[in-house]
Amino acid sequence: MTITTLAQLSADLDSGKISSVELTQHYIDRVDNSNHNAFISINKEQALAQAKAADDKRASGEASSLLGVPVAQKDIFCIKGTQTTCGSKILENFTAPYTATVVENMHQHGVVSLGKTNMDEFAMGSSNETSYFGNVINPWSSSTSDTTALVPGGSSGGSAAAVAAQLAPAATGTDTGGSIRQPAAFCNLTGIKPSYGRCSRYGMIAFASSLDQAGPMTHTAEDAALLLNTMAGFDAKDSTSLDVPAEDFSAQLGDSLEGLKIGLPKEYFGDGLDADIAELVENAIKEYEKLGATVKEISLPNSELALPSYYVIAPAEASSNLSRFDGVRYGMRTEQYSDLVDMYTKTRTEGFGDEVKRRIMIGAYALSSGYYDAYYAQAQKLRRLISNDFTAAFKECDVILGPTTPSPAFAAGSRTDDPVSMYLNDIYTIPVNLAGLPAASIPAGFTKAGLPAGLHLITPYLQEAKLLNIAHQYQQATDWHTQAPQSVSNGGQA
Amino acid sequence: MFTWDKNWEVVIGLEVHTQLQTQSKIFSGSSTAYGAEPNTQASAVDIALPGVLPVMNLEAARLAVKFGLAIGAHINQRNVFARKNYFYPDLPKGYQISQMELPIVGLGKLDIETEEGTKEIGITRAHLEEDAGKSLHEDFHGQTGIDLNRAGTPLLEIVSEPDMRSPAEAVAYLRKLHSLVRYIEICDGNMQEGSFRCDANVSVRPRGQQELGTRTELKNINSFRFVERAIEFEIERQIDILEDGGSIVQETRLYDADKHETRSMRSKEEAHDYRYFPDPDLPPMILEDSFLDEVRATLPELPTQKRQRFIDELGLSESDANVLTAEREVADFFEAAANATKAETKLVANWMTGELFANLNKSELSIDESPISSAQLATLLDRIADKTLSGNTAKKVFTGLWEQEGEVDEIIEAKGLKQITDTGAIEAIVDEVIANCSEQVEQYKGGNEKVIGFLVGQVMQKSKGKANPQMANQMLKEKLDA
Repeated sequence: MTITTLAQLSADLDSGKISSVELTQHYIDRVDNSNHNAFISINKEQALAQAKAADDKRASGEASSLLGVPVAQKDIFCIKGTQTTCGSKILENFTAPYTATVVENMHQHGVVSLGKTNMDEFAMGSSNETSYFGNVINPWSSSTSDTTALVPGGSSGGSAAAVAAQLAPAATGTDTGGSIRQPAAFCNLTGIKPSYGRCSRYGMIAFASSLDQAGPMTHTAEDAALLLNTMAGFDAKDSTSLDVPAEDFSAQLGDSLEGLKIGLPKEYFGDGLDADIAELVENAIKEYEKLGATVKEISLPNSELALPSYYVIAPAEASSNLSRFDGVRYGMRTEQYSDLVDMYTKTRTEGFGDEVKRRIMIGAYALSSGYYDAYYAQAQKLRRLISNDFTAAFKECDVILGPTTPSPAFAAGSRTDDPVSMYLNDIYTIPVNLAGLPAASIPAGFTKAGLPAGLHLITPYLQEAKLLNIAHQYQQATDWHTQAPQSVSNGGQA
Repeated sequence: MFTWDKNWEVVIGLEVHTQLQTQSKIFSGSSTAYGAEPNTQASAVDIALPGVLPVMNLEAARLAVKFGLAIGAHINQRNVFARKNYFYPDLPKGYQISQMELPIVGLGKLDIETEEGTKEIGITRAHLEEDAGKSLHEDFHGQTGIDLNRAGTPLLEIVSEPDMRSPAEAVAYLRKLHSLVRYIEICDGNMQEGSFRCDANVSVRPRGQQELGTRTELKNINSFRFVERAIEFEIERQIDILEDGGSIVQETRLYDADKHETRSMRSKEEAHDYRYFPDPDLPPMILEDSFLDEVRATLPELPTQKRQRFIDELGLSESDANVLTAEREVADFFEAAANATKAETKLVANWMTGELFANLNKSELSIDESPISSAQLATLLDRIADKTLSGNTAKKVFTGLWEQEGEVDEIIEAKGLKQITDTGAIEAIVDEVIANCSEQVEQYKGGNEKVIGFLVGQVMQKSKGKANPQMANQMLKEKLDA
């Protein structure tokens, strides 16, 4: 079994080879028979009703490219009438009464929401192990000689596993510090983090408001462009949404890369980078040179400040964003309590997992009186320095290329006791969020142990269309992205 | 009159929360109307559902800028919203969106009238923020209900400099501010509904000392009277402590109007650490020059300008001008009546500050609730000017108007109050009085001219008040001097 792309499904729906209802039922069945724990919930009736509506539209002559195509939604998006948990116990019983703008936009294009995918609790994690709803198994686990279950990455781990295991042809993710790109790298997918403000954050449960951004997780760059076309757009309900004209992100697919200037930040190839991944990235560079690109070393001198800056700003914003989960109006409330403070304390103690509590505490500390200047204000200064690094670098090159992660997927449980080693997963991806830039992770081949590696591409602000073509041209010349894990080839069992 | 040992100097600063009169909330489209069924005006944004985001209502910014321009303040054309973090059930997000470092309105001032003359009170800043909801403790046995209708209502918090030196000055400032926000129509000023709320920072120091004493913050003082009484109580409390060799604890104190006392709510140590930081959901608000110009064009004549015009152009005394411009509604009533009547402006001022205000005060009514309209007052004064009514009969018509007995001319007709200006009719009464009061006539002729008043009074009595007193006076003199 090879991959099935959105582009292919769209053509099949157009030709009448398959109906949306059949397609949706096909994926529902695959989810039912899988044991990756990629989904938290599936609203079959709603999905099939959407599929039926899409088929009716097609029959009446309406057509848009993704009309009737099922897509899995990260459980961070509110969808009216569906359980929306954000991977947390505190929202286990929460049914959203409204739909996130990104999902609403997709529905307007006729996309069928297949179900809600598993994720790290409140998107805080890089392995999907902080989910209240259990670990997600990376479909590539059994492709290695080692039989240990591997993590799919995070926080969009369920989305990554779902697409890799072909439980859905594509999925949405969100990326605050690498939460789309790192799981895409771990699961051999194409993942796009758009420019900050491209996709509305309305209805997307906030982790760190100044960093969060939704994006597509697909097999190919072409699919990512198709899906991003249905997701993005200005939204008056989000004050940080970009009021720029709608754009066709597929428009540049097919442009030649002749003369493309690729910058290689020396800071992204130093100590800590897995040797196999380094070699795969070198191979990718050679491939780009064959496509007519030139390569030069550049510097992002403040890269090492990204992680400390991020781990102040993101928790600070999170500590405030998560205050609304207080047991008063919705979600979980502890069973027994003596007074108001006791209710708050027990609800939040029981409702949040360890990683969420850790970040709330870090964030509250960083914002507290007397520490604000030393931490939060300082982190904002570093953020500007990091952003300035990119501005300077893009005077010398069109795209910045490097590895997405320093190492490939790791065994479940191997890093949960060491938060810092877990945080280091995102060392290459975090600076991009701090700068608000668009970036992609695309499949770059496999380590000697058979694990996927991700190639990280970063372009200037709002240049998603160009970024997608740079990824697309590579995928025209290589076939890493078409590889499916053994378990999938064997019929969908992990 | 409250007094204290003048060896102590009192220092007062006020923080006033004014509810801006926008149609919808500051960060959502919900209505701000008062008094709806609980939680019927609370949208997804107001109840802080997961994933919702705030969107700035520009109308609130417009009203804030209007205030800033009215007090000649610096407008921060780049201002920033910040989150004030604390947990409370009526605060749905667990933080209040407010402004900290860069408020929309910067330094300005307001002049107040004191016994020593005009005094300038500095206004440090005014910032936009959202109101919280309400906790309802009465209707739920052993539980607390939350009403989020008010959550997200736009507030402008106006912070004064510690420039006031007595409770009377504090009240004068508060009244002036109350008048101003209603003049420029940014706030309805309704203190019962909480549209205009005040906290006071009070400290005392030995007269002549430069540094400020330790202050306390008084909360829950939501009428002019309570502000005055609470500050008075607090001054006495602080002086007593200091004179006994004690020291003041910096704390928040609650005023209990029933017991007339303030009591400790929380100390500085217990004060919240609000963990303020710029709200990442709201980019800094940028106000273009054109926006400021647009708002400036909507500013009405301000109280001080109006007061000067009343003195210069309408010839009012300073004290009449003060009283008649204190509230916009009063000034509007006055101008409407003055424009509609042929009577002198001074007469309009006298009748308003005299008869009308006395009746309104007695019935505890505002000028808007006056049973007598400006048009009715104007007609009444016309009837004095054309000599249909005397001052005394006019008061009877006024009473008739107050009791809603009809229009001015109807009441004159019904009560038969039309002044007798027919010479023959008056002469008949004058002759009768001269014949009946020989004693007083002799006194007059003997040189006691004052007794003419008594004789005029007799004429008025016999005519049931309808004779024109000037005519009666003149005729009596003519006949007696002949």
